[in-house]
Amino acid sequence: MNGSSGALFRFSRNLPATVGAVVLAVIALIAVFAPAIYGTGPWDIVSRPFYWPFEKAGLPLGTDMLGRDILAGMFDGARASLLIGSLATAMAVLLGLVVGLLAGFYGRRVDNVLMRVTEIFQTIPSFVLVVILVAMLKPSVGTVIIALGAVTWPTIARIVRAETLSLREREFVQAGIAIGMSDTRLLFVHILPNALPPVIIAASLLMAQAILLEAGLSFLGLGDPNVMSWGTIMGNGREVLRQYWYISAMPGVAILVTVLALNLVGEGINDALNPKLRQL
Amino acid sequence: MLVVFIIATANFALVHLVPGDAADVLAGESGSATPEYMQMLRQRFGLDKSLPEQYAIYIWNTARLDLGYSFRFSEPVSKLILGRLPATLILMVPAAILSFCIGVGMGVFASRRVGTWADSVVSVAAVLVYAMPVFWVGLMMIVIFSVNLRWLPTNGMETIASGYRGMDYVIDVVQHMIMPVTAMALFYIALYTRMMRASMLEVSTLDFVTTARAKGLNDSRVAYGHVLPNALLPMVTLLGLQVSTLLGGSILIETIFGWPGIGRLAYDSIAGRDVNLLMGILLASSVVVIVTNMVVDLAYGWLDPRISKG
Repeated sequence: MNGSSGALFRFSRNLPATVGAVVLAVIALIAVFAPAIYGTGPWDIVSRPFYWPFEKAGLPLGTDMLGRDILAGMFDGARASLLIGSLATAMAVLLGLVVGLLAGFYGRRVDNVLMRVTEIFQTIPSFVLVVILVAMLKPSVGTVIIALGAVTWPTIARIVRAETLSLREREFVQAGIAIGMSDTRLLFVHILPNALPPVIIAASLLMAQAILLEAGLSFLGLGDPNVMSWGTIMGNGREVLRQYWYISAMPGVAILVTVLALNLVGEGINDALNPKLRQL
Repeated sequence: MLVVFIIATANFALVHLVPGDAADVLAGESGSATPEYMQMLRQRFGLDKSLPEQYAIYIWNTARLDLGYSFRFSEPVSKLILGRLPATLILMVPAAILSFCIGVGMGVFASRRVGTWADSVVSVAAVLVYAMPVFWVGLMMIVIFSVNLRWLPTNGMETIASGYRGMDYVIDVVQHMIMPVTAMALFYIALYTRMMRASMLEVSTLDFVTTARAKGLNDSRVAYGHVLPNALLPMVTLLGLQVSTLLGGSILIETIFGWPGIGRLAYDSIAGRDVNLLMGILLASSVVVIVTNMVVDLAYGWLDPRISKG
């Protein structure tokens, strides 16, 4: 059995990770198809306010304080969370790869400067920075993604730098240097593919973090005002928390399930790629 | 020091990259904006000077701990922040200590019973809590403990106009603290539990532990005397990270519980578009993180003498 199918096999033998992957796939399908199939929009006023879940047929999760269908909001929320989470993660991975590869490969001055920058980003409390960035740039899906990407990339950069530092000393890279390969070729053909596995693990955990941060942002009313996200529903429900707590409770469960699934998948990949650590 | 300087510079750049300035915001709010009025505002806040000049003034002021003036609260930013910081710290410090102690305790507990049902219960609980949004936990605690059970107060730091003194006052504040502190601590309890469990198990495979066993020491002597001190090291590093997360999380927690700290101040300053105040909070919270990291580095050297030599 070769390396990658061995890893896949180990992943599929890991029950929590498989369950996580299936749950994630279901949420992704909901995010892509449910809003169109369901028909009702998250802003449409469909009934009287404050129907509890299961109280009225056709409104399985009830209505909020304006009589909007919460289930429709949850569907759109899945879309917002996954979209923002994955794009922010993609941005963080891209930034982290560039910084990490450059710092690790060129060392010395470049490394010093880039690692200083990374350190500064790790010093600033990330949620405070996200809040300020979004507030200053005017909240929209784009600015939220940029802000989340801007605070989460240092983790990736550190991992990539460490991998690159050790890969650069390996014989196949040294051989590449000796036969006069260009830096770009060395970086993209030899170093990048070998540095990727830990990045994939970190990325799944980062996406979980990005979803939590986004929920916090939109809970504070700093999300895109035209997007119904899980955090938005929770923030709206907070005003009527005392009597109608179900409005705030349900999106929280959705976030919990999504983040849990992402964490399980991340750990599953980790265990599959590092079989030696499995006994721990 | 350098880091503070760079953060201050980044702050300045950020403010000036965004179109519009404080005069625009203020004028927009007062409703009338004659060019003369705008000119007067700009002059008053030094916005009519050239960028390098403004930058020099900003850095000089920051170095003197003068973080500018908050238009929203009509008070100097540094005074506002210093006034609110204690309230945030009395949430953060207990949350950090609690999560460290409980998390490490549960991690050790689980690692000594690896593979049993007790270990599974602790591990599953930790994984679940780890995935919960902190502010959602806070909301649900309000629903359960304050709305339904009526055990705990939901809002603020003390009962207003209660006139409590001495011990009564302390008890009153502690009652107000219970929910926000627990909500803040839970996430890190889960993280410490998971890390400590893994760390204990990792250290227990090392040679010196085998040696200790071979000498005939009993299990608990090995666990507490040999494995525990070494497994604790990575936890101390986490403490520095936790302070940064707690500061960010305090925006949410303090907003939910109406706690009069830095986080609540940040929320209000966003609502009021108070740029000076926001920047001051960003700078101040970074300084808190830097100080914590310095303390953690010192503690690390003390716990592991090999490091201080390096």
